[in-house]
Amino acid sequence: MSGENKLYTISALVEHRPGVLYNISNMFRRRGFNIETISVGAAEQHDIARMTITVNGDERTVEQVVKQLNKLIDVIDVSILDPKSTVTRELALLKVNTQDARVRADVINYTEIFKGHVVDVAHESLVVEITGDSDKIDAFVDLMRSFGIRELARTGITALRRGMSSVKIEGGN
Amino acid sequence: MAKMTGAQALVEALKRQQVDIVFGLPGGATLPIYDALYYSEVRHILMRHEQCAAHAADGYARASGRVGVCMATSGPGATNLVTGIANAYMDSSPIVAFTGQVPKAMIGKDAFQEADIIGITTPITKCNYQVKNNSDIPLFVKTAFYVASSGRPGPVLVDLPKDMQVEAAEMDFDSVVKIRGYKLNCEPDPSEVKRAVDLLLQAETPVILVGGGVRISNASSELMALAELLMAPVATTLMGKGSIPEDHPLSLGLAGMHGTISSNRLILKADVLLAVGMRFSDRTTGNVDGFCPEAKIIHVDIDAAEVGKNIRPHTHVVADAKMALQAMYSQIVREYKKKDRSLWMSRVEEFKKQQEEMAKGNGGLSPPQLLTELRKILPVDAIVTTEVGQNQMWAALYLKTYKPRTFITSGGLGTMGFGFPASLGAKVACPEVPVVDIAGDGSFLMTEQDLATSIIEGIPVTVIVLNNSMLGMVAQWQRLFYNRRYSQVELRNVPDFVKLAEAYGVQGIRVDSIDGFAKAVDAAIKSDVTTVIDVPISPEENVFPMVPAGASFKDMIIGDYA
Repeated sequence: MSGENKLYTISALVEHRPGVLYNISNMFRRRGFNIETISVGAAEQHDIARMTITVNGDERTVEQVVKQLNKLIDVIDVSILDPKSTVTRELALLKVNTQDARVRADVINYTEIFKGHVVDVAHESLVVEITGDSDKIDAFVDLMRSFGIRELARTGITALRRGMSSVKIEGGN
Repeated sequence: MAKMTGAQALVEALKRQQVDIVFGLPGGATLPIYDALYYSEVRHILMRHEQCAAHAADGYARASGRVGVCMATSGPGATNLVTGIANAYMDSSPIVAFTGQVPKAMIGKDAFQEADIIGITTPITKCNYQVKNNSDIPLFVKTAFYVASSGRPGPVLVDLPKDMQVEAAEMDFDSVVKIRGYKLNCEPDPSEVKRAVDLLLQAETPVILVGGGVRISNASSELMALAELLMAPVATTLMGKGSIPEDHPLSLGLAGMHGTISSNRLILKADVLLAVGMRFSDRTTGNVDGFCPEAKIIHVDIDAAEVGKNIRPHTHVVADAKMALQAMYSQIVREYKKKDRSLWMSRVEEFKKQQEEMAKGNGGLSPPQLLTELRKILPVDAIVTTEVGQNQMWAALYLKTYKPRTFITSGGLGTMGFGFPASLGAKVACPEVPVVDIAGDGSFLMTEQDLATSIIEGIPVTVIVLNNSMLGMVAQWQRLFYNRRYSQVELRNVPDFVKLAEAYGVQGIRVDSIDGFAKAVDAAIKSDVTTVIDVPISPEENVFPMVPAGASFKDMIIGDYA
C-alpha cells in the first residue's frame, strides 16, 4: 500500500513450549505475510525463546506484522530492529566439491580469507562453516559456486541490539 | 489441594467460575466428564448438534455478558464446534469450548475419532490448550475464562485427552493466572486522548460510528453523553446496533452495505468521524477509498492490531471503549464551547425522514412492514436474534433496537443457522424476556433440529420464518448483478414449516396478513412452548438500501421503495 518494500528484522521473545512456532507461523500464513528467514533458539531465560524473523514488505505491512505478533498470547515482546544499531549473524554450512589438490587448496584459502572453518574432510569434498551477516555469506556462496556446491544449509539470521538497549523481559528470573 | 479425577476437577473448576449452564453433546471421549456432570448441579443442556452448542453458548454470552460454555467429544464432535467458534471469534464473543480427545498415548496415531482440534482452532481462538498433566486442569479453566472475557473477548478452547479425565491427581484451585504475553490495553493513554479531543473540538459536522465494543464494555450511557454534548449523530455497525436507542434523535441506524440512508449519507458529509469499538470491516466501509473521504478519522479500539489494519486513521486511542469515552468526555466538557449545529441537525433530520419513508414498504406482507409491526408488539427488552441474509438485513434496518444486548446476530462470519440456537442460549440467559429469532427459510433449515432441544429442555422462543422459498440474499444478487439467472437458490417450499414444528411437538402457524401476524406473535411470546411462525413473502423482495460490493457509499442504491 504505502512506501517501498525492504527487509525488516523482527526480534520476538516468546514462550518456550511446543506449539508456539506453529501459532506464529500460522498467523503469518493466514494473514498473507511472508517470512524470509526465521531462526529460533533459547533466550537468556530457560523458559523463553528468541525468534528472529526477517520480513520483506512496506512499512505498513511490517507494522501490522508486529501488531499481529503482539496480539498472540504466546508472544511476550516484539520489536523491529534498526539495522544501524543491530548485530546480525547467519551461519552457513557448505559441502564443496574438491576433485583435486589445487581446488582443495583454493577452497581452504578462501575459507580462511572469510574467517570460516573447514569442519569435515572427505576424499572429494570439504564441509565449510562460515558465519557473518547475510551479504558476506552471499558473497562466499557465490565464490564457492565455481567449484560446485553439493549441499548448502543456512540458518537464517539471528540478531541482537548493540550496547545497553535490549529486547528483554523486565524482572525476569 | 484436593485429590480428584480430571473430570471432577473440570466440573469443580466450572462451579468456581459460577458456570451454571453448559451446552453440549456427549461422546466416547467425554464419558468421564459426563459422569462427573451426572453428580453435579451444573445444568447441561443437551443440544442436537455441536454447532448449535457453540452458537447457544455464543447467544448466552451476548445476551448476558457472561462467558458461554460448550462441550463436545473428540473428532467430529470437536470439528462440528468449529463454525460456532469461528463465529464467536469474528464477533468477539466470550465462549469457552471443552473438547474430549483420544488418550494421550494415542494422539498422533490417527486413532478413532481423533482430530487435531488444537491445530484446527488455532486461527479462530484467542488461545487454546491441550491438557498434558491433569493437575493443570484447574489453572487451564481459570485461564480460559479470564482470557475469553477480558480485553477484546473471544473464544478459548481446552482439549482434554480421555486419560487426563480419568486419572486422579492433587488439584490446586487457588493458583493465580499469570500470562506475561497478554497485553490488555484498557487504560487510555492521555496523549492519545488529547489528540482525539483536539479533533473533536474543531469538528463542525461530527459523526460517531460505533461497533460491538461499546456493548461489550457496557458504554452506552458514556456514548450518549458524548454524542449529546457534541451534538454528533451516531451510526452503528451491525455489532453496534442497540448501543444507542434507535428512537433517539441522534441515532442514524445501521451503516454500511445495507446501511440506512441517514447513516451512509451523513458519514460521507462528516468532517470528523469518531469510530469506537469497531474494526472497519468491508461490510461497513464499502470501498475504503470512498469511505468518508472528507473526514478525519479517530479510531478507538481495545485491539491495537485493528488500528491501521483496514483503514489508516488520523489518530487513535487504544483502550477500552468505556474508559476512552469517559476520558474524552471529561476533557471536552471542560473545553467545549457550544457550537451552532442547527444546520447539521437539519441534515440529520432530513435524511432520517427519507429512511423512515422506506419502512413503509411495498404493501402486502412486506418485510419492512412486518418488522415495524413486530416492534410494536415486542416489549423494549425483548431479545431478537437473526439468521443471515435478507432476514438479517431487514431486521437490522427496520426493527428498531432500544437496548444493548437485545439484538444478536452473526456479523463477521455471516453464519446461516446461527440465530435459532443463539436464541435458545439467549433465552436460557434471560428467561424473563421474550426471545425471537427472525429467520429465513434457508437459514432455519440449517439448525432446525434443535427444536427438539427447545421442547425437551423447556426453552420457549419464537421463530419467525420470513419465507420466500429462496436463498434470498443470493437470489437478490443474482437478480441485480447476474441478470436474474437464478442459479441454485430456489428452495421450492420444502418443508412445510408448520408440520415440521408439529413433528417436534412445538407450535407451528402460517399467517397471511399483518393482523394474523400480529396475533400470532402476541400469542407466541406469551406461550411456554416454542412457536414457529411461517410468513410467506414475495421471492422478489430486495433489501434496500444497498451499496454494491466494492462500491462506495455515494453509489448507494435506494431501490424500489423511494
